[in-house]
Order: sequence, then structure tokens, then C-alpha cells
Amino acid sequence: MIAARVETAARRSGIELSGDGRPPLGADLPDASARDRLRRSRLYLPGNEPKFFVSAGLYEPDGIILDLEDSVHPDEKDAARILVRNALRTVDFRTAERMVRINQLPIGLEDLDAVVPERPDLILIPKTETVEQVREVDARVTELLASEDRPVWLMPILETALGIEGAFEIARASERIIALTIGLEDYAADLGVPRSADGAESMYARKRLVNAAKAAGVQAIDSVYGQVDDLDGLREWGESGRRLGFEGMGCVHPRQIPVIHEAFAPSREEIERAQRIVAAFEKAQAEGLGVVSLGSKMIDPPVVQQALRVVDRATAAGLDTRVDSPEPGASSDERERAAPPPRPDRTEGSRP
Amino acid sequence: MSRHGDLVDNGVGRRVPVEVNGLPQTPFQGVGAYSPRGVKASPPIRSCRDFPADGDKRVGSLEEAFERCGLRDGMVISTHHHLRNGDFVALLALRAAAKLGVKDLMWFPSASFPCHEPVIELMEQGVVHHIEGSMNGPLGDYCSQGRMRGLGVLRSHGGRWQAIQDGEVHIDIAVIAAPTADPFGNADGSHGPSACGSLGFALADSMYAEHVIAVTDNLVPFPCTPWQLQGNNVDHVVEADSIGDPSLIVSGTTQVTRSPERQMIARNVAKLLRDAGIMRDGFSFQAGAGGIALAFVGYLADMMREAGVAASFVRGGSTRYLVELLEEGLTGYILDGQTFDLEGVRSIAKNPRHIATSPFTSYNYHGKGNFASMVDAVVLGATEVDVSFNGNVVTHSDGRLLHGIGGWQNCLASRCTILAVPSFRDRIPVVVDEVTTITGPGELIDVVATERGIAINPRRQDLLDALQGSDLPIRSIDEIRDEVERICGGKPAKPRLTDEPVAAIKWVDGTVIDTVFRVDS
Repeated sequence: MIAARVETAARRSGIELSGDGRPPLGADLPDASARDRLRRSRLYLPGNEPKFFVSAGLYEPDGIILDLEDSVHPDEKDAARILVRNALRTVDFRTAERMVRINQLPIGLEDLDAVVPERPDLILIPKTETVEQVREVDARVTELLASEDRPVWLMPILETALGIEGAFEIARASERIIALTIGLEDYAADLGVPRSADGAESMYARKRLVNAAKAAGVQAIDSVYGQVDDLDGLREWGESGRRLGFEGMGCVHPRQIPVIHEAFAPSREEIERAQRIVAAFEKAQAEGLGVVSLGSKMIDPPVVQQALRVVDRATAAGLDTRVDSPEPGASSDERERAAPPPRPDRTEGSRP
Repeated sequence: MSRHGDLVDNGVGRRVPVEVNGLPQTPFQGVGAYSPRGVKASPPIRSCRDFPADGDKRVGSLEEAFERCGLRDGMVISTHHHLRNGDFVALLALRAAAKLGVKDLMWFPSASFPCHEPVIELMEQGVVHHIEGSMNGPLGDYCSQGRMRGLGVLRSHGGRWQAIQDGEVHIDIAVIAAPTADPFGNADGSHGPSACGSLGFALADSMYAEHVIAVTDNLVPFPCTPWQLQGNNVDHVVEADSIGDPSLIVSGTTQVTRSPERQMIARNVAKLLRDAGIMRDGFSFQAGAGGIALAFVGYLADMMREAGVAASFVRGGSTRYLVELLEEGLTGYILDGQTFDLEGVRSIAKNPRHIATSPFTSYNYHGKGNFASMVDAVVLGATEVDVSFNGNVVTHSDGRLLHGIGGWQNCLASRCTILAVPSFRDRIPVVVDEVTTITGPGELIDVVATERGIAINPRRQDLLDALQGSDLPIRSIDEIRDEVERICGGKPAKPRLTDEPVAAIKWVDGTVIDTVFRVDS
């Protein structure tokens, strides 16, 4: 971080630097991020505040966002870009997906030049309104990546009425897009109304975004809840978001993370139903059957996929996912005999 | 050989002086290894015939009281820190002594605070020769620079009592700040405009000093009740306009940490007590008034409610968080050494289950037992801890003496001692290879809880076994040290120190466990 400060000062003074200024890699790259991994919580970290970086992974958010946009003063953009680049090379964010929110284009393209070579997992594109904006980012990312051995995903942030109207097309504008998200402060401002506690002014936009995301086969991620001290309000917001179809939301303080994880955890009933479906699926796999059935009902593949996701979410939330009652029709002997079958590859089809 | 005599290696391999301020010393030999023999010190015989029969011991000023006590050069004057950073009485006393023209006093405070910085001037003028007592802030800095004529001596609260009983420190005149007192000298800390709670730190002085002066800004007619200190030990009573600044004596409210790292440490420590089975009906614990400790109490209270268990007693420093436990029935008693906030003061004044204690009941090595070893778990802080689990609370990594020991050493006797510390501060590692100053030996420190993991002392296999299956981030202390060094850019630089001792660190039994050396400026 000190190196980043020195480099910023040198660049501001117009001093030529020998080498590219990048510090040596401080940690191995974490595993590549899967297209449909858990994205319940993503913690915003101002890009020019490195003191927050080193502990961010300890709070076990599903993602951290190194922010170059709104949380960074315009005079500090250059410093933040270097700090974020260095952080991607040196800081261990543990299991969190490493995201960067770039600035609006065209400055955002310069941000990409600095950070994409450091292989962030995901780029958030602010104030997205058009397909062209996404394609411009996609093209620059592709240009910057020497190889596509690990994906760099995109998550457009829709923050205007126009962006919401284009949600479906935006979601399909690039194969790199894995989620849509919404920025409610700017959206309310665009509508010309204040934000309300119950979010009535944004309900249409949130529902529309969820529908567009699902139609395009990507995740729908909710906005942040800015009242850091109101954990009950946060829980309520998260639970209602989950009911709408969101799979996660942003957060601005670590204390929000466990509450969000609880809010987006499946209920006991959901888990039990998912367990029954997964058990039926595993039984069908073990028996070489192409059709999965639960009792007399046929189970479609998307339902199986969703059940697997529910079990994963429950496991991630630390909930008990052990099957403690035998699936009807399967003897205990059968369950013991059947080796655990491979699960469907949930990164299948993920490109690049 | 230094200005202060020879140094020898002690039982934890630290160089310690064989003589301190003219008195021979015993190097630390190991926990429980030293068994002093002999007879305790005692105050001179006094008779009621020499004191006013009507019980009115008031005199007009501190100067007059000092003159009646026969104050002269080289005497030992003690004061106490129950008014904390709001205390006026120590400076009133030492300045009164200066007016009388005496020199070379030894000031024996139970602790000093930044408000006592003007004592530096009195040392420069020769009024005060040196300080034996915990030195916080500017006085610690002054001592670190080797500017004090004598050696500083740092003792724990219990160690102070032990030193008085051993006769190592003979108090000539104790000047006791009394938030409420009567003309006979009965004194109480829980009432009055400068109320602070317990007066326990002054109890030994009231019993063992040659002379005792009570200074009060709230004189009440006899009898002052409750009498935390008995007027039968008091020579003179002096009225002052004010003995302290109430806003600095107790906090309006003590604050739980808002740092997410520290909250995580606090939550994990509470979980450790729960998961290890320490938190059970009838257990006991102690936590101080630091941000992590307060947050710990909140998390533990939630877990106690959930499990339906209550503590038999908790040990203070009391705060509103402990008071809430008491009033909710989550603990049977608060045994309170000092009172940190207004809620604590309110509670100790009216709740018969909120008991004022003293270093004698809680910590004294020369008692027939004490409360500290009866506590199931204690949560403490530290400036440094090393991979051998030794703890430091008195110096910083730059070698400067900046904090007192307080009851920290005494609390290590608990059944489970937990140091709850961030793994680094301002990019300076807290978990290190070797602490700058050993204040507590590693064999007494069972757990080091940081935001980057919890290390259990390998000596405590029972704890490790009890925590099998817990999802707490238990790691070796070496792993935590390695991670911290990676983050902070390598091992911390060693402080630049000279061979000149500036202070001796006493262990609870009176032996010398380590030395603070002058910082090379």
C-alpha cells in the first residue's frame, strides 16, 4: 500500500517510473469464480482506503467490491486505481469473490486497463443504460486478457429508469454477464422522489430487474441497505428481496454480512423439500434412470438444479442439511450402496 | 553494571536489577516458586488519647495536615486512582508538599494518569525523587527517557498490597481522595459530586500508612455511611473545593467497540466460553471496560439467555453492561474493584448485590487465597503477546513505558485466561516472536484471541479437547504470527534500547519479572 502511495505521488509529479510499479504477487490467485456461485453478500470497500482491505475477507462475505466509483473522491481516483491494482495482487480476501466497481465510461475503460490484468473475478459496470456500454466493457476486458483460463464476469448496475427499461437486453449483451443489480439511490433520484423506508418507489424496478435477469438466465442481486445500525430493517429488506427473487444484496459494513446471510438462507421447509428432491435425483442417477421422480410426481431438471442450489445455500448458511428421514421408496441398504454420483456441472456453459 | 547496579538473568531469561532504589530484590523464579517467609509489616501503635474525643479531625489545609504529620525530605506519599483521569488530589498533595519546601519524596500512587503530567515539573524541581506505581501516558514516557532519578517500580494492584505488607514500601503519609467523608474520617466513594464507586485501592494505605489524610469535597455529619474506609485509621480530614472533575472520573457511558475486527474477536471469545463448556449455570467471569471486553459481555449475555444459564458472580471494573446482567438476574453478584461509568456508580450505591471489593480480597499474594483464582474465565487485553504466550501490557513495541499493570497480572490466576487482542495495530504486529517486556508469563495465558484466529496454549490440552467440533477459527499462534508478519511487511523492528534500566516490573509475589530499559533517543 505504501508502494501505491509512492507511485501515485510520482505519477502526479510527472516522474518517470522504472518498471510498471506493480508489487510482487503476495498470494496465489484463489480458485476461479463459478458463474452461479453464491452471491448473497458483497461488501463495498472504498478503493482508496486500504486499511479496510486486509480484514475484509475475515467477515466471510461472498464477495468484496473494491470500489473506484462513488466512494472515491474525484481527486483520489488515480490513487485508488493503483491501490486497487496492488490489492488484487497482494491481499488475501479468503473465500470472497474479488469484484471491482469501475467508474462510468469512458474513465471506466482506463480503470479496466489497470485492474483486469490482475484477474479480478468480476467487474461491476455502474449506471448501465445501454447494450453498447456493456459491449464496450466486454471488448476491453477481452482485449486485456492474455488468456481466458479464468473468467472475468460482468455485473451491470442499473440505476436509472432507462437502465431498468433495458434490463433484459442488457443482461444478454455479453456472455460475461452473470448477474444484474440495481442502485436504488440513483434510481430514486432519477425518478425525482426520495427513497422511502419500504422502497415503494423502486418496487416496480426491482421486480422488473428480477424478471429480466431470470429471463436471461443470470442472477438478480439487490441494492445495498444503507442504515448500518438498523439490523432489523436490514433483515426485513433482505427477506423481502429474497421473496421477490433476489439472490443477494450489497452491504456497506461487515456487521451487515451475517444478517444478510441469514435473510437469504432457505427456510427449514425449503431445505427439507430440496433434500427430498436431491435424494430422489441421486437415487435416479445411481439406478441409471433418466427420469427423476418423487413419489408419483416427475421432477424437471430445473427443479433439481434449484434444489441443489437450496442445499448449497443452506450449507453455506451453516444450517443442518443432513437427511434424517429416508426418502420414501428407498431402502437404507440402497442408500448405503449407492456411491455419491457426480453432481451436474454448474459451471457448464459458463463462458468464456 | 548500570547506574542502578548489577543485572542478573531471572526465571524467564530476562535481565533484572538485583537492587532497586536501595533495596535488594529477588529475581522472578517461576509461577508459585517463591515462598517468602517472615512477619508482615505493621503500622505504629496509635492511641485514641492522641485524637480529638469529639471525633472532629478537620484541619484547615493540606499544608497544615502535612505539618502535623511531620512531613520531611525523602518521605513516601501515596495517593490513589479511583478518580482516574479526573483526580485533583494527587497534585494538590504534592504541590502542598512543594510549598512546604520538602524534597526527594517518593510518590506511591496506585496508578497515575495523563492528568498527573505536572508531576514531571515537581520531579524536575526535586520535590519528587521518583515514582513507584503504574505510570500511564506522559509520566511513562518521562520515565522511559531515563529522566527520573530513581527507578520506576511497576506493580499490579495485588502486588502493591503485597509490597506494603512485605514492608518493601513503607508509606509515611497516605492522602486519600474521599468523595464523601465525615469529620471523623469515615469515607465513602459511592456518593457525592465526585462519586467514583469503590475506594478499594486506598484501603491498604489507610491500614498501613504512618499517617492518613482524607481529602473531601463532600463533608457530611457523622456518621458517613457506608464507611468503605474507617475513620479510626484516619489522622486528619481536609476539605477541598473539589477533589476531581466528575466528567473524567467516570464515563457518562462506556462504549462498546464499533470496530468490526474487535467485535469479531469479542463474539468469538464469548463463543469460546460457550463451546468449551465454561459458560454454564453458576460460572463466573471477569472482563474490563475496554471496547472488546464490553462487546464480549454483550455477546455472552445473549448466549446466556439463549442457554438459560446465569453466572454466580462477575468481577468488575463494573460498567452498565455488568449492571444490566445483575438487574436481569444473569449474575448473582458484581464484585467490583473499580467503577467505570455512571450506571456502575448508581448500582453500587443502592444494590446490595453490587459489592465494593479491594485488592486484598481480590488479588493479594499474601492473603489466605484471593478471588482471582476462583474466576472461571477472564478476558484481558495486551500491547503484545508472543509465540510462547507471554504477555506485555506495560511497554509498546518501541520500548516506551506507556501503561500500568492494573489488576492484569493478578487476573492471570483465573481458570481460563484469555487475551483478546487485535493481531496488529497501525501495521505493527501485536503477535510477535518475543514480547518487549514480559508482564505475564506464558504458562498462565491460556488463549490468545485475535481477528485472524484463536490460539490455544498447548499446555491446555483440556481446552483443545473441549473445543473439538467447535467452528471457532482455532490456529497455532505461529500461524497467526506468520500471517500478521505477511500483512505488516515482515517482522517488527526491535526497539532501540540502552542497557540502562528505567523501571522494574514486579511479579505478583514481589519478585522482579522484567526490566524496562531506557529508550535510545
